[in-house]
Amino acid sequence: MKPSLNNDLDGCGFRALLSYGAGLGLENGEYLVSHAEDHEGTRRDFLYYATAGAGAVATGAAVWPLVNQMNPSADVQALSSIRVDVSDVAPGTQLTVKWLGKPVFIRRRTPEEIEAANAVSMDDLPDPDARNANIDAGSPAVDINRGLLPPGAEEGTDSEWLVMMGVCTHLGCVPLGDGAGEFGGWFCPCHGSHYDTAGRIRKGPAPQNLPVPPAAFVDATTIKLG
Amino acid sequence: MSGIPHDHYEPKTGAEKWLHSRLPIVGLLYDTLMIPTPKNLNWMWIWGIILTFCLAMQIVTGIVLVMHYTPHVDIAFASIEHIMRNVNGGHMIRYLHMNGASLFFFAVYIHIFRGLYYGSYKAPREITWIVGMLIYLMMMGTAFMGYVLPWGQMSFWGATVITGLFGAIPFIGEPIQTWLLGGPAVDNATLNRFFSLHYLLPFVIAALVAVHIWAFHSTGNNNPTGVEVRRGSKAEAEKDTLPFWPYFVMKDLFALGLILVIFFAVVGFMPNYLGHPDNYIEANALATPAHIVPEWYFLPFYAILRAFTADVWVVQLTSWITGGIVDAKFFGVLAMFGAIAVMALAPWLDTSRVRSGRYRPMFKWWFAILVVDFIVLMWVGARPTDFPYDWISLIASAYWFAYFLVILPLLGVIEKPMTPPETIEADFEAHYGKADTPAE
Repeated sequence: MKPSLNNDLDGCGFRALLSYGAGLGLENGEYLVSHAEDHEGTRRDFLYYATAGAGAVATGAAVWPLVNQMNPSADVQALSSIRVDVSDVAPGTQLTVKWLGKPVFIRRRTPEEIEAANAVSMDDLPDPDARNANIDAGSPAVDINRGLLPPGAEEGTDSEWLVMMGVCTHLGCVPLGDGAGEFGGWFCPCHGSHYDTAGRIRKGPAPQNLPVPPAAFVDATTIKLG
Repeated sequence: MSGIPHDHYEPKTGAEKWLHSRLPIVGLLYDTLMIPTPKNLNWMWIWGIILTFCLAMQIVTGIVLVMHYTPHVDIAFASIEHIMRNVNGGHMIRYLHMNGASLFFFAVYIHIFRGLYYGSYKAPREITWIVGMLIYLMMMGTAFMGYVLPWGQMSFWGATVITGLFGAIPFIGEPIQTWLLGGPAVDNATLNRFFSLHYLLPFVIAALVAVHIWAFHSTGNNNPTGVEVRRGSKAEAEKDTLPFWPYFVMKDLFALGLILVIFFAVVGFMPNYLGHPDNYIEANALATPAHIVPEWYFLPFYAILRAFTADVWVVQLTSWITGGIVDAKFFGVLAMFGAIAVMALAPWLDTSRVRSGRYRPMFKWWFAILVVDFIVLMWVGARPTDFPYDWISLIASAYWFAYFLVILPLLGVIEKPMTPPETIEADFEAHYGKADTPAE
């Protein structure tokens, strides 16, 4: 710690350092160049932190738009809800529509299919969860919790309409429909997962039932997805 | 640049001196090209040049392909057919680019296994190794995104499966996946960004290659004995080395010529042999190919990804310890990236004081099994996931990790290595006799 003279013209800091130097036994006119012994924050420390802080904020502000531009754009987001006309779907047939880039199966089931689905014991279901976004999470996978009620139908009744994502819950392949597989529902050709007439997994590597997306009838012949 | 004493560039004419005092670029090129290189390098040391050639070929063919390609979901597939049918010589340029990727990976795998056998990753060459691993990761990213561009069925579903891996990350996985794809599924936004990055990453690779070369020019090349070049004096160093130009350049170019004969035979006569017919069907989000398979060079790591299913005890234990956060899907993803991470850590996992595998009698066998293991993983990665392939992929994956995490650390302790030769010169003379007369 070597006291030295400096012709610093910074009046305010100079005076403060003068008084500080006096405390260390330095004479008037002498002050420390080093702040190593100075545990109080100085104006210089403040400037360092302020500069670094401003730099960090500015960098973050510059980077964020570059990151955010990769998020779904407005036109992609606009397609997050679509309306599907199902007036031509006869019982025993199905429609596959693309929603959010993925296939959605809309099947109008026959009474036999509904009966077959109702005949299944809950003990035979590998996944007991209904996986239906329109009802309470964790509801049991009974058939009435899988169907989509048309307008005017009574709550808690079975529906002929089955709306679900056409994406196998194993590795994302698209299952084959129209009564495919051992249970008369859907069959995934990739790794052999069998789904029944309520779209529930029955056999094969897939861990879950085909999920029912947010869907509702807006009128007698139109289903809104999303 | 190099720690090995050798002659440096001396500007002679006035013009050379003028340039040299302002920008010593000729000196940099001269010293790089004249680097003293161990004179006992065998044919496994040619792959660096092959790889440099591959990178250059991929960049050149890629730039001209971009002149005719359109990265839009409605036209991408058609623009590839346009290249194949209408563009002058377009089919050849595309086949070169397609098969060039395969040659690139073929060469990089031999290059990596060369380094693993001769201990090229060991001190003081850890940085060279790590940079090499970064290059390899970049290559995988570039190749994956490039394969999406033709917008065929395998492009689309490969992209769906692989980006789905990010969705397996707990809590933040789905937002990350959506962010990467630019939407809920692989679509036009995905195609565009992959095209942008596929064009960018090769230049990042080129920069990393420069760092890779800089690093091993600082430490000097490894060689089959693993013995360092003597650096006491220039005369001593010259007994162990020859300048890279012309000796090794000529040797490497000869090897490149031979390999290109085979390469052009493949490009000319069987250009689609390594591809999948499904990729000549345009991408369709509503129909999945029956069997989604990645390109051959990803198969070993794809096999590791699929090996760890929910019924494997390690997966169940991890799931139990983490309270279900690490499920089978995420475990598979961690295993796949971990397989490359353990390889990158080889410099610190290998405890043997002998560098080259040539003088390690036990190591040789374990290394040979690793090579077989890699080939088995590559084979099983293209098979279905049922019995017996599930067991084969699990055992092969386990060996991959065991080699790096158990065998390499233990061998250094229990193995009694042979004594490597004193000098590179001694090794060279043992093979080729005294080099007192210049070669005819």
